[in-house]
Amino acid sequence: MSLKKTLAVAALASVVAAGAAEARDQIRIVGSSTVYPFATAVAETFGKTTNFKTPIIESTGSGGGFKLFCAGVGEEHADITNASRAVKKSEIERCAENGVKEITEVKVGYDGIVMANSKSGKRMEITRKQIFLALAKDVPNAEGKLVANPYQKWSDIDPSLPDFKIEVLGPPPTSGTRDAFAELALEGGCKQFPDIKALKKSDKKKYKAVCHSVREDGAYIDAGENDNLIIQKLNANPDAFGVFGFSFLDQNSDTVQGSLIDGKEPLFEAIADGSYPVSRPLFFYVKNAHIGSVPGILEYLAEFTNDKAWGDEGYLTDKGLIPMPTEERAKYKAAVQALGAGS
Amino acid sequence: MTELKESMQKAHARLKKRRAAEKRFKMFGVGALAFAFLCVLMLFTSIISNGYTGFKQSYIQLDVVMDETVVDPDGSRDPAKMMFSNYNALVKTALKTKFPDVTNRRDKRKLYGLISSSAGYDLRDMVLDDPSIIGTTQTVWVMASDEVDMLIKGVFDRTQPESTRPITNDEIAWVETLEKENRVEKRFNTNFFTAGDSREPEQAGIQGALVGSALTMLVTLALSFPLGVMAAIYLEEFAPKNKFTYLVEVNINNLAAVPSIVFGLLGLAIFLNLFGMPRSAPVAGGMVLALMTLPTIIIAARAALKSIPPSIMEAAIGVGASKMQAVFHHQLPLALPGILTGTIIGMAQALGETAPLLMIGMVAFIADVPSTPFDPATVLPVQVYLWADSPERAFVEKTSAAIMVLLGFLITMNALAVLLRKKLERRW
Repeated sequence: MSLKKTLAVAALASVVAAGAAEARDQIRIVGSSTVYPFATAVAETFGKTTNFKTPIIESTGSGGGFKLFCAGVGEEHADITNASRAVKKSEIERCAENGVKEITEVKVGYDGIVMANSKSGKRMEITRKQIFLALAKDVPNAEGKLVANPYQKWSDIDPSLPDFKIEVLGPPPTSGTRDAFAELALEGGCKQFPDIKALKKSDKKKYKAVCHSVREDGAYIDAGENDNLIIQKLNANPDAFGVFGFSFLDQNSDTVQGSLIDGKEPLFEAIADGSYPVSRPLFFYVKNAHIGSVPGILEYLAEFTNDKAWGDEGYLTDKGLIPMPTEERAKYKAAVQALGAGS
Repeated sequence: MTELKESMQKAHARLKKRRAAEKRFKMFGVGALAFAFLCVLMLFTSIISNGYTGFKQSYIQLDVVMDETVVDPDGSRDPAKMMFSNYNALVKTALKTKFPDVTNRRDKRKLYGLISSSAGYDLRDMVLDDPSIIGTTQTVWVMASDEVDMLIKGVFDRTQPESTRPITNDEIAWVETLEKENRVEKRFNTNFFTAGDSREPEQAGIQGALVGSALTMLVTLALSFPLGVMAAIYLEEFAPKNKFTYLVEVNINNLAAVPSIVFGLLGLAIFLNLFGMPRSAPVAGGMVLALMTLPTIIIAARAALKSIPPSIMEAAIGVGASKMQAVFHHQLPLALPGILTGTIIGMAQALGETAPLLMIGMVAFIADVPSTPFDPATVLPVQVYLWADSPERAFVEKTSAAIMVLLGFLITMNALAVLLRKKLERRW
């Protein structure tokens, strides 16, 4: 018995001791699940081609990432957070409250959001206005008054659309993809109504509520964060549509097809040159205070901003990232290099 | 007479009814079992049919010229320098000489995409192992990229029109040329068991998760087994029966039913934030899971202790043993099979958990295989979850293959528990 006791005590003691000491020699990254595939690819290459350890990347969602990132300065807090949207003012304030005063924004590239259905169905051509009418909670009726969304079939909106029930599978409200879809597709269609557009000036809150609210009567189905699940469901039900990131369309192009939005097909080139309307920038944010204290951050940034990674033919494009134009890349690269010069 | 006959008839009718009821009940039982069996069968067929290909990996044979100007430009043979040479260029040259008609930049990029990016690292290791091969031509088998692997395994349909296929006609033609020359081979995927996580499906393996699971389980077992058994012995044999111990008992039973995510939150608040333990480490994960397993072990251990006839204890005490001696020399050894069974089932439960680990950062991309409980690590079910969420098609089979490994462990553990019970349990 005494042996067991000593062992248990020793184990507990070593646990406490190790927790207290031991400096961190590994980069920690948190944040968006959309940026996760790109960040992990960079991290892996970085780990294999340098003498640093491979960074640890948690997929927490953009909001969750900022929460962890802004919790403070020190080795128990993350060094970098990925985000599928720009940082919010409230998050900067939260960061500053906890002593995270200087952060550097790096834009990574673009991601398209697509609406797709099974290849066994017909490819849809839709406008953002029609997407808004199909999926918003309240829509203007013939007199321009807001009423609860009455449309049940696509063809109720416009006779050119297919004659079956509206059924769209998409990400839940906590997802950055959902935020971006609401902002780009729904709001993009919403502000084409002059009355609602006027609302933007008079009552911004109401404008946002109208344009970003998704209907809750079963036509839009929260399918969880797993985009593979949406694709499986689309294959099972040819009348359903799914909303997800371009990389999933790219990888599953043999079973699903992207709908044309405002006449544009979701193709790599169309998203890169900005003509496909539903695309968003992706970012990551670096905690300046950690540069120098956690080894390898500058080298990781150098790997990420290398044309071999995020360039037009870099390995991130294989993962579905849509690269920025050359000048924009140069701008962010210079910003990253300036970080190294400063410290 | 007629009265008797009537009552006989009635009794007969009642008997028939009772038998029919019994028959119905049996049928429902069989039906329920058959339904459960069917569900399990469906689960297993779907996992196995998706996953068995994950244990195979396609390899491509290449003739690689170990060009000295690339590998060791200054001729120093210094491993530290040769470590960072551009070995991928060697692979690219080999592919270019194999398919000399590919000249267009875009097509070349596709051609290089046939081979996994790990090929360069393989060559690096070859050179570092044996620098004398520099300057020679080596015939090496390198891993095919995930898309080619999917094509060779027949996941991508070659007969579909090109526009609807994730792989182009050119790529198929190249692979077919290689196939004709017997330069393509499917092998057992040892890499799957020896590598850590990767973003490239063909390079991804479960060793990191396996070691992480093992370390986590070790911490869990080391904490929950002694604590649980001690608690059970005290509560069962020594504790006074009063309101306080009654409250403790109710709470233990209650804890066994608390959702596991709650333990994760507790772990985040106490182990990480208060004690400052490392994030994502098996030691913290193991402690959280130990909290979760403790009630299971305590309840099982108490039941096992209770099942030992009191005559054994009484006999021991009768010949002069103290209560502690009676418990530790006689009751505990006899109850041990039952306690172990409960422990194994509790551990099997802990092995399959992801939710509590989410809060303490073990759901993360971690490429390096951990070596101590303080290194960042993931566990098997987390690896399954992460792969299931990846866009690459080749991860589908990896996910199922990882599930098969996890199920294998669970079945072994549960079978061990049944076996222990069968072999060692004594009937009184």
